Amino acid sequence: MTGDHGSPAAIELHDVHRSFGQVHAVDGIDLRLALGEIAALLGPNGAGKTTTLDMILGLGRPDEGTVQVLGMSPAAAVSRGLVAAVLQTGGLLKDLTVRETVRMTASLYAAPRPVEEVLERAGIASIADRLVGKCSGGEQQRLRFALALLPDPALMALDEPTAGMDVEGRRDFWSAIRRDAEQGRTVLFATHYLEEADAYADRIILLRQGRIVADGTAAEVRNLSSGRSVRASLPDADQATLSALPGVRSVEIRGDRVLVQTMDSDAVARYLLTATPARDVEIVAHNLEDAFLALTSDEAAGASADRAPSAPERSAA
Amino acid sequence: MTAKAPTTVPLTARRAMPLGGFNLTFLSIEIRRLLRNRRTVVVTLIVPVVLFLLFNTNKRLEALSGIGLTAATTMIGIAVYGAMLAATSGGAMVSIERAQGWSRQLRLTPLRPAAYIAIKLVVAMLLGLTSVTVVFACGAIDGVQMAPAVWVLTGALAWVASLVFASFGLFMGYLLPSENVMQVIGPVLAVFSLLGGLFVPVSLLPSAMQDIAPYMPTYGVVAIARFPLVGGDFDPTWLLSAVVWTAAFAAAAMVLFRRDTRRS
Repeated sequence: MTGDHGSPAAIELHDVHRSFGQVHAVDGIDLRLALGEIAALLGPNGAGKTTTLDMILGLGRPDEGTVQVLGMSPAAAVSRGLVAAVLQTGGLLKDLTVRETVRMTASLYAAPRPVEEVLERAGIASIADRLVGKCSGGEQQRLRFALALLPDPALMALDEPTAGMDVEGRRDFWSAIRRDAEQGRTVLFATHYLEEADAYADRIILLRQGRIVADGTAAEVRNLSSGRSVRASLPDADQATLSALPGVRSVEIRGDRVLVQTMDSDAVARYLLTATPARDVEIVAHNLEDAFLALTSDEAAGASADRAPSAPERSAA
Repeated sequence: MTAKAPTTVPLTARRAMPLGGFNLTFLSIEIRRLLRNRRTVVVTLIVPVVLFLLFNTNKRLEALSGIGLTAATTMIGIAVYGAMLAATSGGAMVSIERAQGWSRQLRLTPLRPAAYIAIKLVVAMLLGLTSVTVVFACGAIDGVQMAPAVWVLTGALAWVASLVFASFGLFMGYLLPSENVMQVIGPVLAVFSLLGGLFVPVSLLPSAMQDIAPYMPTYGVVAIARFPLVGGDFDPTWLLSAVVWTAAFAAAAMVLFRRDTRRS
């Protein structure tokens, strides 16, 4: 269904650049998203997520490069109702009711979905007569989602859609998105919540300083950050021998503790247990958070292999 | 077109809206929203009526008709004032919508920027029409006497005057990104009204003010609105004033509007 001959990509970016003054917000992005994909743009603040989404929605133009959405310009796709978005910055009128806001927006489309259906699908039918100014942040966000559903878009873009929501609001919001995506809609969302990217996206595009540093499934992105780490207690460890083992990317020795980053944890463990007096051997698989930090931290620019997996202390971001 | 599989909708089968998205549903909800806003109702309907009662035109002013103040000319001046206030606040709504981020939300819809401006202008003009109608109704109840054709003509001209101020309101709305834009504009409008001869004929103003008066955006429009009643020679500078001010405000609004929609 999504692989029709001649059907264009949902999104096609070619060597896209955009600067604000001296800041290269987007610094050469190539990206192709097929119809039906659910993808996350993941990255820390300032990585270029919002700028990228703005260009996909025609709210900003690239300084260089091309942006195509469903085979046409973003503006053309928006005016046909093929693309819709839930933005952080998109405001709502406080003195309209929820239903009035939806009706008003529906009047701008040639063939909108029925107002009541959209309210139902966004989970706000029960508050349809409430003034927008009296709705919680999560309810307002679901209203924005309802507005985005009106044109029955082929592509839905969401920018940090759950920022500022409580846990329950976040869960309700994502279950609405999930139900909707099951019907075949292409979804691209920006987030800096790793667990959201992991739980809801089929594909993760990791951004760092305006560039794509990783692109794949959650498992693939996780693997990119150098396999596993092996720790052990080993007095007088021989750094040269450890470093020479197959698959080893870095060796760190702190007193009696040894920390080895490796693609082949079995080889390191076998060596430690058979050829040395090492004790307390631990093997830890990297999680997505480690991958995220390894690939998006500033040191990652040059030598990503040298990073120690001290993720928990740094996870505040 | 089915809801079940959005991606099977032939992409080329989708149409953009005619008229850039301008439509009556949108317009009617805009108007309902305005009526819900107490300040707009006060400014559009109550202020002109209170002014009219203050001047109490028929009884107090009849004696002054020798110097050019009659119940009818004063009523027309207040109608222009009401139209000005209403149209300006209608146009200035864009400022509130920009401050709340609604303009940005609308940019994700097929609504063309020009259609958005057109909707704002229509709403501002409808507010102006309401204001003129209310003031004229007060005048009729109060016993103002004019020929039927003169009622219609002066009313229509007082209403057209609101076009100048709808443009002015849009200009201010794009200039001042504030939710309280009318508080800034109010005093400006008061100066326009006094110096432009809305309440007191220009000939009665101190001479320094008389020199400034012809440059007020109100000067031409109020003279034109009174012309069917007062008669005499039609001064072409009135028309020039009205046209130049409308064009100037509209151009300034357009420049700011372009800047606004380009930015992001």
